[in-house]
Amino acid sequence: MVKVHQKSEGSYCLGIESTADDFGVGVATFDGEVLANKSDSYIPAEGGIHPREAARHHAEVADTVLQDALSKSGVKASELTCIAFSQGPGLGPSLRTGATVARALASYLEIPLVGVNHSVAHIEIGKLQTGAKDPVTLYASGGNTMVTAFESGRYRVFGETLDIALGNCLDVFAREAGLKHKKGLPLGAAIEQLALKSGRLISLPYVVKGMDLSLSGLVTAATTALQKGDCTLEDVCYSLQEHAFSMVTEVTERALAHTEKKEVLLTGGVAANKRLQAMLKVIAEEHDAKFSVVPLQYATDNGAMIAWTGTLAYRHGLVTPIDQSMVKLRWRVDKVDVPWIQ
Amino acid sequence: MDTIDKTPKTKLLKKGAEASLFLTEWHGRKAIIKVRIPKRYRPAELDQQIRSYRTVHEPQLMHEAKAAGVATPLIYMVNVAESTIIMQYIEGERVKEMLNKTQKSDLRDICFQIGESVASLHKYGLIHGDLTTSNMIQSPNGKIYFIDFGLGEKSSEIEAQGVDLHLLKRALQSTHFASWEECFKSVQCGYSSVRGVELAEKVYEKIREIERRGRYVEERKQ
Repeated sequence: MVKVHQKSEGSYCLGIESTADDFGVGVATFDGEVLANKSDSYIPAEGGIHPREAARHHAEVADTVLQDALSKSGVKASELTCIAFSQGPGLGPSLRTGATVARALASYLEIPLVGVNHSVAHIEIGKLQTGAKDPVTLYASGGNTMVTAFESGRYRVFGETLDIALGNCLDVFAREAGLKHKKGLPLGAAIEQLALKSGRLISLPYVVKGMDLSLSGLVTAATTALQKGDCTLEDVCYSLQEHAFSMVTEVTERALAHTEKKEVLLTGGVAANKRLQAMLKVIAEEHDAKFSVVPLQYATDNGAMIAWTGTLAYRHGLVTPIDQSMVKLRWRVDKVDVPWIQ
Repeated sequence: MDTIDKTPKTKLLKKGAEASLFLTEWHGRKAIIKVRIPKRYRPAELDQQIRSYRTVHEPQLMHEAKAAGVATPLIYMVNVAESTIIMQYIEGERVKEMLNKTQKSDLRDICFQIGESVASLHKYGLIHGDLTTSNMIQSPNGKIYFIDFGLGEKSSEIEAQGVDLHLLKRALQSTHFASWEECFKSVQCGYSSVRGVELAEKVYEKIREIERRGRYVEERKQ
């Protein structure tokens, strides 16, 4: 990123999100109003996300999603101030597809390009939509599980998964159990519904190591328990959720006690889960902190969060020249300066 | 059996994430009561399991740590049913606060000493499980006490040792970001001095491997 001079009157930013299975386009004003937020998801015929297939899907729908978002926003392409895109972290082929669209748009319109960190964007849209100012954030999705809080210029990672992400843990188990991803019903939501039908806790590994946690052994144990057959799928879904969510909640509570912040924010795709929300609400109350959860349309990957974070970066003079706009597959949240936070 | 005396002498010292610490007197000695409070967010059954397990294991590990040559508070009493431990009160300052106001040369000495202690635990087959600077207290005579063994375990595996040190590195990065590299280098020097360079290198290689397992890590191979 390089520094440039800024302007902000009557400005709009268009954001492109394509880190994994969602291709999203959002338009936001510099005042934090989201004018459009459109997306299209790649749903694999079977198994998990196939990166090349996801990228193919994104390339196919890019044009439509882009036009939908622009017409919904009522902003003409010529009125845009800058184009933001998620530069990482994520799957290479997916990221590159979004980046290509962003570069093409920015060059054609002759406006600046702003590379945005996907994880920072999840935190920023959560703060924007809930009014949280300086929270301890649990960001849990299919690809990420981390507890972050702002400290000295960056979002620091206080705890994270040592192996797979929370959403991934639920998805992998769901597939092992033969559940299918349907439009409008992600695998995590399917597990949540099944879990509600049981209250029988079976013993599974509970692995918290300091502020970090490990989830891969939990998936294996849950799968084995199901195969053994002395408990129902509902029992395992319930137990899997209770164990996994208790672990992330314990880690979040540790970070809350450690940082002594007064807000807790839940963001990312798994934020949609009511049981996880309930658990975090309890710890927030116990530490006299305010609990917020990102609204559903901004929980999963979306273009609006990229657009909004793009405005923050642009306003602080951070733009990305095309020759420095290659995607960063492993761009950690704690490597990003966030000068817009004092 | 003695019961816990919650007379007016008992004062809440700290409400941590996992337990509350009360300052009290135990037969004329200044003592801490550590109470693992029930966690409403998780099912009662799971909560009871976790709290009992940690209440039983923590004093055992603290006792063994002494045998390994690492200073820990004396245990006065354990009540598993109530998830409480009464232990010696250690005068001094948490390393967390102390590190941020310490001069460079002293910083190295303290971190070297921390590294030696961690190595002594590992050499003895003990894993602390939550190595942060909040869990270390420097007494006025300079000795560093290790506390909070609730997440610890007995293991001599390089994997467990690697995770233990990795956690310390992460704790330094998030809490002492201005000087963490230097701090961790000194920790490693102290660690190597006790375990020997060859074995220590194996643990450091394991740390690198653990870091590469993380989802978004630059060092990880594509």
